[in-house]
Amino acid sequence: MKKAIHPLTHSPLIISLWFSLLFLPFKGLEAAGILFIVLFAVVSLLKVFKNYAGKIKGRLNRDSDHYFINILRIAVEIYGRCPHLDPKTRSISLTLLISVVVMALPFYGHDYLIDIAVLSGIYIILAQGLNIVVGFTGLLNLGFVAFYAIGAYSYALLNTKLGMGFWASLPLSVMLVTLSGFILAIPALRLRGDYLAIVTLGFGEIVRLILNNWDSFTKGPNGIGGIEPPHIFGMQISRLGHFYYFIIIFVLFAVFIIRRVAASRIGRAWIAIREDEIASSSIGINTTAYKLYSFAFGAFWAGLAGVLFAAKMQFVSPESFTFMESVLVLCMVILGGLGSIPGVILGAIILVMLPEMLREVQLYRMLALGSGLVMLMIFRPQGLMGGKGVSFRS
Amino acid sequence: MYLLEVRDLTKHFGGIRAIEEVRFRAKEGSIMSIIGPNGAGKTTLFNCLTGITRPTKGAISFFDREITRLKPDSIVKLGVARTFQNIRLFREMTVIENVMVSQHCRTQSGLLSAIIRSSSFRDEEKAIKEKALEHLELVGLESYSDTIAGSLPYGSQKRLEIARAIATEPRLILLDEPTAGMNPQETGEMMGLIKKLQELGKTIILIEHDMKVVMGISENIVVLDHGVKIAEGTPSEIKCNPMVIEAYLGKEH
Repeated sequence: MKKAIHPLTHSPLIISLWFSLLFLPFKGLEAAGILFIVLFAVVSLLKVFKNYAGKIKGRLNRDSDHYFINILRIAVEIYGRCPHLDPKTRSISLTLLISVVVMALPFYGHDYLIDIAVLSGIYIILAQGLNIVVGFTGLLNLGFVAFYAIGAYSYALLNTKLGMGFWASLPLSVMLVTLSGFILAIPALRLRGDYLAIVTLGFGEIVRLILNNWDSFTKGPNGIGGIEPPHIFGMQISRLGHFYYFIIIFVLFAVFIIRRVAASRIGRAWIAIREDEIASSSIGINTTAYKLYSFAFGAFWAGLAGVLFAAKMQFVSPESFTFMESVLVLCMVILGGLGSIPGVILGAIILVMLPEMLREVQLYRMLALGSGLVMLMIFRPQGLMGGKGVSFRS
Repeated sequence: MYLLEVRDLTKHFGGIRAIEEVRFRAKEGSIMSIIGPNGAGKTTLFNCLTGITRPTKGAISFFDREITRLKPDSIVKLGVARTFQNIRLFREMTVIENVMVSQHCRTQSGLLSAIIRSSSFRDEEKAIKEKALEHLELVGLESYSDTIAGSLPYGSQKRLEIARAIATEPRLILLDEPTAGMNPQETGEMMGLIKKLQELGKTIILIEHDMKVVMGISENIVVLDHGVKIAEGTPSEIKCNPMVIEAYLGKEH
C-alpha cells in the first residue's frame, strides 16, 4: 500500500527552498536566489498543471462554442486521443512516426547527435538488462555495471590478445557474462533486499578493482586500445552512421526478446516474486531458480551492451565502469518506470541526452539533473511510464 | 485412504514450543478444521505442511510420500495448495494474471519457446488463460479479471486467493481463516464455495475461528492449544469435550 506523502513535501515553496539551501554554500546567495525563483516557478506550474489536467480534459470532452477550446481539442486529437481513430491505427501511425525519426537520424543529425544516439542505444540495452533484475524480479542490484565491464573487457581481450573478430567474440563474451551472472547469483540470492544490494555493490567494486590492478592482463588504468570494430560481409563498420544502424538492430533484438520473455510464464513468475516471494513459492514457483535466471538473463544483456561499447569506443578502461555508472543505469530504470520496457527506453535516452543538452550550463548540469530526479520521484513516483506502483520489498 | 498423515510434528522457535508432537490424519475428500485459541500454533502447522518452515521433529506424509523436508514449490507440485491468513496476493498484477501465474508448476514452456512463440507455447498460453477464467468463474470473480488485484474489496481478495490455490491443481487445500473479517452473508458464500471445492474432489483443511463455519461444514476437527493437540473428533464430540471448553473459556471454579 502506498504511504500518503505529507502535504508539506508537495509544497513548491518547500521544494525550491530546500534545493536553493543545498546550493547556497557552493554558489553563493545570488545563484541560490535565482535557482529558488526558477524552481519555484517550475514546480508551481507543474502543480497547477497537475491540478487542472483533469478539469481541462473534462472541458475538452464537452462540446463548446469557445474558439480557443476547439483549437485545443483539435490539438489533443492530433496528439492521439481522438475517439474516432481506432487504437490500432493510432499505435501504428505513432510507431511509424517514431521509426521514421529514428531511422532517418543520420541524414539530418550531425555527428555529435548520432554519437549520443549510439550511446543511448547501448544504454538502452544495458538498462533493459537491469530492468529485468530490478523492475521485474524486484532484486536491487547496485553492481550491475560489473557485467557490462566483463562484457566489454571480454571482447577487448579476445580481440587484442587472441585476434578474434567481433562475431566470434560476441557469443563467447556474452556467455561468459551470463555465467558470471550465475556465479554471483548463487551466493547472493540467499540474501534479501538491502543485503543483496550491498553484496552486488561489492561485486561491482571487486570487478572494477581487478580490472584496475591486474596490469599484466588488463593493462590496468591505462585501458586497452586498438579494439577492432565489427565487420559485416567483409565491410568494416567504423563510420558513425553505419554504427548507428548496427546498434539499432541490437536494440530492436533486445526489446523484441525481452518483451516476449516478459509476457511468458517466466516473466509472470519474475513479477510474482517481486510482488510476494512467500506467496510465489507457495503457488509452486521455485523462487531461487527464477531469481537466478533473472540475474543471468539480465547479465546477458549487460554483456551484449559491454561488447557493443568496446566495439564502438575501440578502447576500454576501468574508468567507464565505476559505481556511478551502476547508479546511472539504475536511475534510467527508475526514471522510466520499473518494469516498463518502453519507459526504460525513454529513461535511458533522457539520461544520456539530458547531460549533453545541459552542457551549456556546465556547472549547473548535475544539479539540474539531480533536482529533476527528485522532483520526478515526488510527482510521479512510479516513473515516467510505469503504470503500476512498484517498490522494493524484501 | 488417508491423504495426509502428520506424525509427532514438533516445531520450536528457540525456546518457544510452537507445536509439540502433533499427530493427525486427513481422509481424502473430507473437510477438516483446525481450531484453537490465538497462538495455539495453527498457522505454524500450516507453514510446516507447506514447507515454509522446517519442522524441528516429526514427519508429514502426503499420499504415502514423505514431504517433511521438501521445498515449498515441490510440495505444491505434489498437490498441496494454501491460502494465507493475511492475504498475500500479487497486488500489482491483475486478477487474471494472479491465477495465470499460479499455473506455473503445471506448465513447462521454456525460454526458447517463449522467444520464438512456438505453436506449443501459444497453445499453452491459451490454455492457461482459459483455465484461469474457469477458476475465476468458480469463485465468482470472472467479471473482475482485468482489475488490479490489490484494488479488489477484502472479501473478493480472499476468494481470489482461493482461485489461485485451485489453479495449482491441488488435491489438498489448506485455508487459513477463509472467513476472517467477513460479514454473515459473505461467510455463507464462502461456506458454499468450500463445499463446492469438496464436490470437486479436493480435500480441505481449514483454520477457522468462526464456530458456525467449523461446526457447519467440517467432518473432523482437531483442537490445538499451546501447540499441543488436545482433542480430535466430529463437531458434536468437540462441542461437549471438557478439555476444549476449558481451553477456550478457562477452568470452572
